[in-house]
Amino acid sequence: MGEVIVITSGKGGVGKTTTTANIGAGLALQGKKVVLIDTDIGLRNLDVVMGLENRIVYDLVDVVEGTCRIKQALIKDKRFESLHLLPAAQTRDKSAVTPEQMVKLTDDLRNEFDFILVDCPAGIEQGFKNAIAGADRAIVVTTPEVSAVRDADRIIGLLEANELRNPKLLINRVRPDMVKRGDMMSIDDIIDILAIDLIGVVPDDEKIIVSTNKGEPAVTDNKSLAGEAYRNITRRILGENVPILNLESDEGFMFKIKKLFGLRAN
Amino acid sequence: MLLDLSKIFGKSKSSKDFAKERLKLVLIHDRANVSPQFLEMVKGEIIKVISNYMDIDEDSLDIQMTRTKSEDGDRVVPALVANIPIKNVKSSGK
Repeated sequence: MGEVIVITSGKGGVGKTTTTANIGAGLALQGKKVVLIDTDIGLRNLDVVMGLENRIVYDLVDVVEGTCRIKQALIKDKRFESLHLLPAAQTRDKSAVTPEQMVKLTDDLRNEFDFILVDCPAGIEQGFKNAIAGADRAIVVTTPEVSAVRDADRIIGLLEANELRNPKLLINRVRPDMVKRGDMMSIDDIIDILAIDLIGVVPDDEKIIVSTNKGEPAVTDNKSLAGEAYRNITRRILGENVPILNLESDEGFMFKIKKLFGLRAN
Repeated sequence: MLLDLSKIFGKSKSSKDFAKERLKLVLIHDRANVSPQFLEMVKGEIIKVISNYMDIDEDSLDIQMTRTKSEDGDRVVPALVANIPIKNVKSSGK
């Protein structure tokens, strides 16, 4: 039986879609059968982030309305054997799907896939309710900014009110240089405030923009720090005990840099 | 220059400290989930208790959640502020 994980945040623009794409690709690289569902109806983006925008025929709304079978709407990602995308509809709105339909859809997909990742839209309205309806676990994405952390806190409260206990926190776009000089909240600061478990920390990395430009998830890029962070998160999701990348100390950061240039054994 | 000196002596707060402090405060407010109904309930109970001792002007009673400086003066804490106009103090109490 597959597991349904929702990736959510409250605030927009913190990296939910990028996270979904990278964790999905990461799990597929580990040999898992994965399907990504974009629930951002009307503002779909997971397709372009994945580089699959030209292959959409049917979408999420077609599936729940019975216009097509699930199989027909799933786009197989040719780069990763076992990765599939169920795109959102672009010309409809959030009310085109109900939470009950999402529960049924995710339950149907459990038989076929090891992981069903649901990319949640920003906000706390219908789209959020749809996205969390069928989920077993939740990953809350935030960045080290007051607005994102505040919204993450609200989302954590709403998840728990909807019986999604123990959501995990992913802190995105951390800049170790700013943390070091006291101009950005540290991982500990954020955990102290939100009081939930950490699933991972992703550094701010230009390579994310480059990889999104090309429609290739950064998790496949061995030279990308963010890619490495996502690979670690993937392994944690699979139950491995992987230490959090230490981005804050000089040693850790320099070590990473050296590693990038192949000077690991210094 | 002044700024640099104060940094050396550790007097200036870094911007993340402001972020943390402000967040903690706003979250107390957010988490308290103070709905108008909740305040109405509090208001009703307060009127009940005070009415045992004095006549109050219920129509101009004002109660709200706000923020105030803490006792030691360097933090801001959430506060319940009530403005209760008294018409008459009952002579015997109860």
